[in-house]
Amino acid sequence: MSTAQESINLPKVESKSWLKRFLLKEYEFFEHSLSLKSRVVILLAVVVLIPAFLFPLWRMSFFSNQYPDGLKLTIYAYQLDGAKTSNRDDLREINALNHYIGMRPLLESEFSEFIWLPFAIGGLMILALRAMVLGKMSKLVDVFVLFTWFGLYSFWSFYHRMYLYGHNLDPQAAIKVEPFTPPLLGTEIVGNFTVYSYPDIASFALIAFGLLMFLAIWLSRKNSEV
Amino acid sequence: MKRSFSNLDKAKIKWFGAGGLLVALATFGLVSCGQGPLQTAMPAGGDAAAAVASYVAPGAMDEYYLFYSGGHSGNVYVAGVPSMRHISTIPVFAQYPATGYGFDDETKKMLGGFGWGDVHHPSASETKGDYDGRWLFVNDNANNRVARIDLRDFKTKQILGPIPNISGLHGGAFVTPNTEYVLAASRFSVPLPKGSVAALEEYGTKYNGIVSGVAIDAKSGEMSVGWQILMPPFNFDLGDAGKGPSEGWAFWTCYNSERATGKLEVTSTQKDRDYIAAVNWKEAEKAVKEGKIKDIGGVKVIDPKATPGIVYLVPCSKSPHGVDVTPDGKYFVGSGKLQSITTSFSVEKMLKAISAKDFAGEEDGIPVLKYESVKEAEVNVGLGPLHTQFDNQGFAYTSLFVESAVAKWKLGTWELVDKVPIAYNIGHLVSAEGDTVNPDGKYLVALNKLSHGRHLNVGPSQPESSQLINIGGDKMKVIYDAFTEPEPHYSQMIKADKIKPIEVYPQAENKNPNAIWDIKDAKMERSGNNVTVKMVAVRSSFEPIKLEVNQGDKVTIHITNIEQTTDELHGFGLNEYNINIVVDPGETKSVTFVADKPGVFPYYCTNFCSALHQEMQSYLIVKPAGGAVAKK
Repeated sequence: MSTAQESINLPKVESKSWLKRFLLKEYEFFEHSLSLKSRVVILLAVVVLIPAFLFPLWRMSFFSNQYPDGLKLTIYAYQLDGAKTSNRDDLREINALNHYIGMRPLLESEFSEFIWLPFAIGGLMILALRAMVLGKMSKLVDVFVLFTWFGLYSFWSFYHRMYLYGHNLDPQAAIKVEPFTPPLLGTEIVGNFTVYSYPDIASFALIAFGLLMFLAIWLSRKNSEV
Repeated sequence: MKRSFSNLDKAKIKWFGAGGLLVALATFGLVSCGQGPLQTAMPAGGDAAAAVASYVAPGAMDEYYLFYSGGHSGNVYVAGVPSMRHISTIPVFAQYPATGYGFDDETKKMLGGFGWGDVHHPSASETKGDYDGRWLFVNDNANNRVARIDLRDFKTKQILGPIPNISGLHGGAFVTPNTEYVLAASRFSVPLPKGSVAALEEYGTKYNGIVSGVAIDAKSGEMSVGWQILMPPFNFDLGDAGKGPSEGWAFWTCYNSERATGKLEVTSTQKDRDYIAAVNWKEAEKAVKEGKIKDIGGVKVIDPKATPGIVYLVPCSKSPHGVDVTPDGKYFVGSGKLQSITTSFSVEKMLKAISAKDFAGEEDGIPVLKYESVKEAEVNVGLGPLHTQFDNQGFAYTSLFVESAVAKWKLGTWELVDKVPIAYNIGHLVSAEGDTVNPDGKYLVALNKLSHGRHLNVGPSQPESSQLINIGGDKMKVIYDAFTEPEPHYSQMIKADKIKPIEVYPQAENKNPNAIWDIKDAKMERSGNNVTVKMVAVRSSFEPIKLEVNQGDKVTIHITNIEQTTDELHGFGLNEYNINIVVDPGETKSVTFVADKPGVFPYYCTNFCSALHQEMQSYLIVKPAGGAVAKK
């Protein structure tokens, strides 16, 4: 608001237009050197992102009278993992149940995400370190923008997959159900199952990475001498 | 359940578990149908405390597994203690359609063409004299076999036998303290080797008994014949292995030391004493290793006449039944089943008498010790003592058949401290881990021979009764009546946490070359007149969908149940071909048969699997040899 008002109240005597001055300001902003604090925060962000390779992104569990201990599905950056106990293979079980409504089996091999996700996260880390070493605001903003795009795209891609699974049901299935999108976030009752679907450590690491990158930008919003 | 219905009303079936929902409905239906008239009878005599002591609430688990023999049913039954609820049946020596046992190629071969067996004495494997939860061994009194049940999956894994030379394998299957051997002895002496004939008049000299140790592979549990000792033609009855100071010894009772034939009831009860045979099995092992043996029926048999120092005979009251070694291994307890006393024999005194050669005589070259020099004490337990078990407080419990009671007495002071009547006619008894070096006390089950009047009348073929007795207090108390199929002989009561069974066979463990795990691999192949089918069973279909063969083809079907979840069993029942296979999750089973009857034969899933279980069916088409087709 205030920025808009300021630009409206710009005195006409100035030779440069408000747009030009804004661009110059932006240009100057992108030329900022990163403060030591920012650089430390970037390093911290990179460290915080390491768990994204190791821990689950998402957890889904399905509880019912037949499965009081819950069928559990865990999504990692690199794999789809059904809980495996000595008496049950949950992914196999979920697929066995889903075949009755004509849903394609969830197969790890059908998710290209598990190949490109870890690669992309690694790329983000390298770019963040590059921004830290080069100490340029522009590099940092690049990483932040790329990260935001990557995050939103991944979420959409995951959602879209769920949508496709729930909307491409075999018309010959024993049980006909309306096409649907499986719950992505929250707790929902579907049929005789209570389904929990929540993000996990790797997702929190990604969010923390984004927040720390924003913090790093914020800390160098004024030009630094270093 | 309510939730499922309300959701169903709203037609809100979505996504995962729609199949599970239908399973829930089916289960609900079964439960509703199963509700009969409510039992309103309260425990008599204000026995609410007894009810509480044996009550295991829905969803709660028992403290102990009870593995009891099913006698001539050929099965082993599994119940829980203290609820006494029958949980499962493990078929061993007979076909058991409920689990498809004896119908597939492997188990059919294992049964060896016998239609039955007489399971007597289950014996759990031990390490250092304590149950280790690995295997359960049982003997077959009828066809001279020993079987090993793996407690990882509660399945019979091996049947050894008929074992050469052993006839009427009653004196088994008692394990040595580290499961080196399972004891096995002849109840019915015969001329050896088996197959040879001698007149009954020559019974005393031409017939022989055998006492032996079936060798157990420490890692795999694989059984082999082990050592055998040639014995006089006595009837070897029951046994037990020594432990602690008596480790390395094995004991067997015998009746008919008269070597009589005919009406044994009379002829074998003329002498005042029969024997307990004490066998130094470490010496027997050594004798075999040193080659001091002769070959009888293809087995290395020790003749005690030629190799002394292995077997001794300890006189015992006539017609003894059980012999039981105390937990500390210092005594072995034996009783004449027509007497009113039981005798504790001292291992120390026995060893002393042996080294002093303090013998009363000999039987076929086997030294006979003196009763008085081995006896530690006689306990006035009551009439008809049979078997003895132990607790953790230094007490012994002896079953009294004639008196129909359990006697409790103190080791060391040899006093009778308590007695409880049993309904009716107790045979064996079992206390919690009561034959190990570390009994638990708490519970004792009386395995009774008769049950009349204790249950709803079911006609002339009556069940047996098993009564749970609380032995935790000063006074024994009967707290529960359970009824069991014929016929519990002995039992093992094992702490539940010692056994950790699997619930599915992991895919990674299935090394069967004929296993397939993908519907795409299901196929039927022909080579001449041999047809091989690799079949998948999974909710809710068999693949391949259809089988078409020619009359006279030899058909082998390998069925893999590719489920990996608890209780998702699939059965393969082929109508009018007497084929009934049940495949557990992750298991592959094979069945071979000749398609000799032309026609169209349905096969279907026999073991309830899912909401569409009924639809799990298909056809075997056997095309007539002459090429005839169905007439319209």
